[in-house]
Amino acid sequence: MEYQQSNGVHPAKIRAVDVSAYYGSKKAIDSVTLDIPEKTVTAIIGPSGCGKSTFIRCLNRMHEVIPRAKVTGAILLDGEDILVQDPVQLRRRVGMVFQRANPFPTMTIYDNVAAGLRLNGVRDRNILDQRVLRSLKQAALWDEVKDELNSPGMRLSGGQQQRLCIARALAVEPEVLLMDEPCSALDPIATAKIEDLIYDLKKSYTLVVVTHNMQQAARVAEFTAFMYLGRLVEYDRTQKIFENPAEKLTENYITGRFG
Amino acid sequence: MKHGWNRDTRRHFMNYFMSGAALVCVIIALIPLGSILWTVIEKGGPVLNYGFITGAEVAPCNTNSQANCHIGGIGPAVEGTFVMLGMACLIAIPAGIAAGIFLAEYGRGRVSRTISFLMDVMSGVPSIVVGLFIFSALFYYDAANRLHIFSAYAGALALAVIMLPIVTRTSEEALRTVPNGIREAAWALGIPHHRAVRKIVLRSAGGSLITGALLAVARAGGETAPLLLVAGNSQFFIPCPPGQNLVSCLDNPVGALGPLIYSWGSSPYSNQIAGAWGAALFFVLIMLAISVTARLILYRRTQKMGM
Repeated sequence: MEYQQSNGVHPAKIRAVDVSAYYGSKKAIDSVTLDIPEKTVTAIIGPSGCGKSTFIRCLNRMHEVIPRAKVTGAILLDGEDILVQDPVQLRRRVGMVFQRANPFPTMTIYDNVAAGLRLNGVRDRNILDQRVLRSLKQAALWDEVKDELNSPGMRLSGGQQQRLCIARALAVEPEVLLMDEPCSALDPIATAKIEDLIYDLKKSYTLVVVTHNMQQAARVAEFTAFMYLGRLVEYDRTQKIFENPAEKLTENYITGRFG
Repeated sequence: MKHGWNRDTRRHFMNYFMSGAALVCVIIALIPLGSILWTVIEKGGPVLNYGFITGAEVAPCNTNSQANCHIGGIGPAVEGTFVMLGMACLIAIPAGIAAGIFLAEYGRGRVSRTISFLMDVMSGVPSIVVGLFIFSALFYYDAANRLHIFSAYAGALALAVIMLPIVTRTSEEALRTVPNGIREAAWALGIPHHRAVRKIVLRSAGGSLITGALLAVARAGGETAPLLLVAGNSQFFIPCPPGQNLVSCLDNPVGALGPLIYSWGSSPYSNQIAGAWGAALFFVLIMLAISVTARLILYRRTQKMGM
């Protein structure tokens, strides 16, 4: 795969250079190289098992928590290689939202949002209150939960739980937010809310969204990467990918001939 | 048409027959339980009261032929049982939960599988052998007059050895049932693993951890064999004169319910036989209370978590 530059308007926040990822001896990603521009939404699409989730899990080193998993190549965040950094520190800068909403089951709504701060040593009640308020507002959940901040997070509906998880990730003020199929377990109304949210969040954050829903990529992302069998096939502006893809494989996938 | 009707009839008949057979099997399985409970309540009920539970033991005598022959109390055995169980909990529950955390959260591969296997083997060791082990382990300490074989400490150690593998395995299982998504969510927030385990995973597993510990308490509390060897089976309350500290008081022989029932139940004296039934009823009620509490905690926990 040729090294692909994103266009010059946005500086690159993350540069993945020749990244390969393994589960034991099985290669899940084969030398992916791409730039993720700052304060934009980048979508990663591709059929199941193409390595898109594995790829974004490399970006905050969550891939390596799996036994015998490893990553080679270089991933530069603001020019510095994250693969030599402390993963715990890194994950405060690169947050993540998962496919299935996973609020902490024993915690209230408030405690869920505050968890990242509290467990990293923030004790000041004023700071916590402010951050919880702001994060819930950013996650478009405040109006729905402001009167029940002390009820368990598990009481919320699926879509609300996912927005709670987004608020929880935002509360630690990351620079990058990775979203691994954030809407795949949600109904269309909840999905629309999350998509609106993604659109708003890119003003302040760099977002990378994995999705198997091509319409979703077309709706929310400026840039789209198409992966297939662990390789990056094509990476360009979303409009270009959907209207005039350079690769035949991309066109076949977009038009629904496989996947 | 007729053929179809026949088949339906046969199907219905089989359905009723199998349901009926299953019900009969359940009743057969419950008969020993009901019978034991009934006998213990019938014979122990008239004896059981507050004075009996807390009172001192009296000399053996025959209620029929001797005047002033009382049943007395089982206070020393109750005291000894609770003291030893309490100390055993202090040892086995923290150690077992710590070991469970290691196995579920840190141990990977062969080491943890080996430890898990050894824990299973350990929980299968007959309890009388555990008693012998503590007896022999403390032999030289006893000879040097430092820690006595016939003491609350020795009994507590034996019970702790019995509890440890149960607490370890149940906490390991409890932690493994916490979905990995919870851990990943914590890691993704930049929370170090040890803090995620302490503040999030342990709490999510909370109810099952308590249940496991209580089931271990119920198991150890019912043990008799090792205590026949090591606790001393004293008939007296733990002697603790003013001025002596508690730590050294506990280095004395103590009573326990299991051995008391054993020796009273095989005694020829009618006051001891009646007392054995009362002690048996009290023993059953205590163990039942612990088990039911454990189940209730688990039940309420699962309700709250919406599972």
